[in-house]
Amino acid sequence: MGRSILDGYDPHGFYCEMLASQASAAVRERLSRLSIDALKERAAAANAELYNLGITFTVYSDAKTIDRILPFDVLPRVLSAEEWRHLETGIVQRITAINLLLDDIYHDQRVLADGVVPADLILGNPNYRPEMRGVDLPHKAYVNICGTDIVRDEKGTFLVLEDNARTPSGVSYVVENRHMMLRAFPDLLDDISLRPIDNYGARLIAALQEIAPPGVADPQVVLLSPGTYNSAYFEHVFLAREMGVPLVEGPDLVVEDESVWMRTTGGLARVDVIYRRINDDFLDPEAFVPDSMLGVRGLMRAYRAGTVALANAIGTGVADDKAVYAYMPRVIRYYLGEEAILHNVPTHICREPDALQYTLDHLAELVIKPVGEAGGYGITVGPKATRAELDDCRQKLLADPANYISQPCINLSVAPTLVDGRIEARHVDLRPFAVTGSSTWVLPGGLTRVALRRGSLVVNSSQGGGSKDTWVLG
Amino acid sequence: MVDVLLARYADCIFWLARYIERAENLARILDVNETFSRDSRGGQNWRSIIQLNSDEERFFAAGSEISAQSVLRFYVVDADNPTSIVSAIRSARENARTLRPLISTEMWVQLNVFSNRLAALGVADLAPGRLAALLTTIKEACQTHTGITEGTFFRDQGWYFYQLGRYIERADQTTRLLDIKYHLLLPDVADVGSPTDVSQWNALLRSAAGYHAYRRLHAASTTPARVAGFLLFNQAFPRSVHHCVRETGRLLGEVKSRYSLRGGNDAAEELDRLRAVLGTLTIREILSEGLHEFLDVIQQQLIAVSRDLSIAFFGYQPDAAQAQTAAAQ
Repeated sequence: MGRSILDGYDPHGFYCEMLASQASAAVRERLSRLSIDALKERAAAANAELYNLGITFTVYSDAKTIDRILPFDVLPRVLSAEEWRHLETGIVQRITAINLLLDDIYHDQRVLADGVVPADLILGNPNYRPEMRGVDLPHKAYVNICGTDIVRDEKGTFLVLEDNARTPSGVSYVVENRHMMLRAFPDLLDDISLRPIDNYGARLIAALQEIAPPGVADPQVVLLSPGTYNSAYFEHVFLAREMGVPLVEGPDLVVEDESVWMRTTGGLARVDVIYRRINDDFLDPEAFVPDSMLGVRGLMRAYRAGTVALANAIGTGVADDKAVYAYMPRVIRYYLGEEAILHNVPTHICREPDALQYTLDHLAELVIKPVGEAGGYGITVGPKATRAELDDCRQKLLADPANYISQPCINLSVAPTLVDGRIEARHVDLRPFAVTGSSTWVLPGGLTRVALRRGSLVVNSSQGGGSKDTWVLG
Repeated sequence: MVDVLLARYADCIFWLARYIERAENLARILDVNETFSRDSRGGQNWRSIIQLNSDEERFFAAGSEISAQSVLRFYVVDADNPTSIVSAIRSARENARTLRPLISTEMWVQLNVFSNRLAALGVADLAPGRLAALLTTIKEACQTHTGITEGTFFRDQGWYFYQLGRYIERADQTTRLLDIKYHLLLPDVADVGSPTDVSQWNALLRSAAGYHAYRRLHAASTTPARVAGFLLFNQAFPRSVHHCVRETGRLLGEVKSRYSLRGGNDAAEELDRLRAVLGTLTIREILSEGLHEFLDVIQQQLIAVSRDLSIAFFGYQPDAAQAQTAAAQ
């Protein structure tokens, strides 16, 4: 092998997704045929194309709206067939347990009676929806679309960081990134048996049809979006197109006779399944936040009457709560009689006095997270925080301990990334997407997010993160 | 499942087509005006464009005086003016963003790039040496949109509502162009038959892309009556009012029967009446009764058709439809 663009690349002692993997040898070999200039040129063209295609998310700052692309790094993250099998079985196991947990807490509540999870943690959780008590769902499938955030530590062990069981986003970037790679780097992809991902829409609509109310032939599926001003609007467009279903907004729908209808040019047309990208709170002003302009009045009535299916179900947010997350290994053991295939990051639940004390004593070594926030907001990374930030965090912890968990700082794995015309190590995570109807299917790979700032561990798109194409080989 | 179209989407696609058609027409008018207004009537010509769009109030409210520079700025790059080209294309792009699940990716990408490019324009781009090229680029971008749409847009209900919007807007634009220019160009005694007079009528035909077609029909003479008659009635000319009204009626009938849509009968009747009028009156009769009055009636009927469509297919309540069509005109 001649001089490669990876010569001189230094992972600084972190686990490197590219160098540590035997599976990526073929990719490294193909990369070595490229010059850094060619790589830069193709990367710039790819990012310009993403902008022109409008594959953007919207950022709101100072009352201005800005369309941004999720910066795309052209160096792929590679997973071997063995690594993927491990991840896939672990994710399926986890989602199976989460759906059993949800069915239980909205019916018999055995898990609470048996003391596996504290009752007040579930029943006192703002995302627990008493409206769901006694509602029977087809296949007991509550979480139909799940995005599981997974990281890798310095030994290369996969750890689950978070379950996103409400309305996880990002799958559109996975598929669009791949399209981009196929166009920009056909030479890189040549003959390496990469697993395809373009059947996501077909798998998704099949699962959504499986959860339709019993007896409906050829169910009408729609995607419900908050509208063009939502930051994930592109993804809603993407999903509606991939499934070939109407993209509706709240005012397009109406509930009559305990059923949901959409307003069309020919009058009202029946709706059987709604993939909703609106949070529970805003879904039905009659049942939840009364002044919501986004939802559909009476939707909860229709849902309880069983005339319409929602994906995900109402009330799944309790299962991806960061405090409930800490109990997941026990939940898996309780329902399935198995050990968790994918481990959690060790988690201190600050509502418990011992854990709070430990957290306060080791603040500078830990990552402290509010349990209710999403998108990386409100996180304090101890080793990177200033004294003032640590003091501020301590105050917040003492004021409301139950709102926080803490975890050791994981030395996230890195991957070679094109930054300012050079190839440098940047931290990455992984969000695979799983689709559940009568069974669970996991899209090979998932969204690899990369923290583009040097040394940063925060990969969220709202916090300066980018993405990579994730390749499952073999 | 493909034969269902959301009422909101029908509304959006109808207006997407109208905005593009409007931007293209405005670019045509400005282009021709720029070329033929370097004479004694120049100032009057720029004023006529403001009248054409009923924008006197807004234009003068900004304290502007009429000049080539101020009118061009107002209609090409002024993002605060809702009737400017940049505003029309921005609105088209906003509609396209909503319609992304429906329209082709190529349609969206071209409009997105076009809109981003227009948003970056400044006054310097309106300098005499660059203006003609800019207006040509805009016109061609609109035509590119039309071509991409023709070649890629799936022919289901959405396509029909797109075409309806296009033809209604085009008919409306032609009546407005004729209305203003006709009165402006009614010859002064001194001008009759002079080279200035003829070149102005030719400019009007060029605005509507009808110059060469007109020449093939009436090679020998350019008279006000013949030009007006051509723009109103010619069945083969794609921008004539009669052609646009006939196409609108045909498309409405087709979409109703193909998709079993019950609504839209009022609009269909309105279009029948309009077509009958255009098919029977002669230009001589119209001119003797008053062209302006005639064009005004046609514009009112086109507004009524648009309102009927809003109520029948786009989910508007009658009073909201009234307000919406009034605001958009």
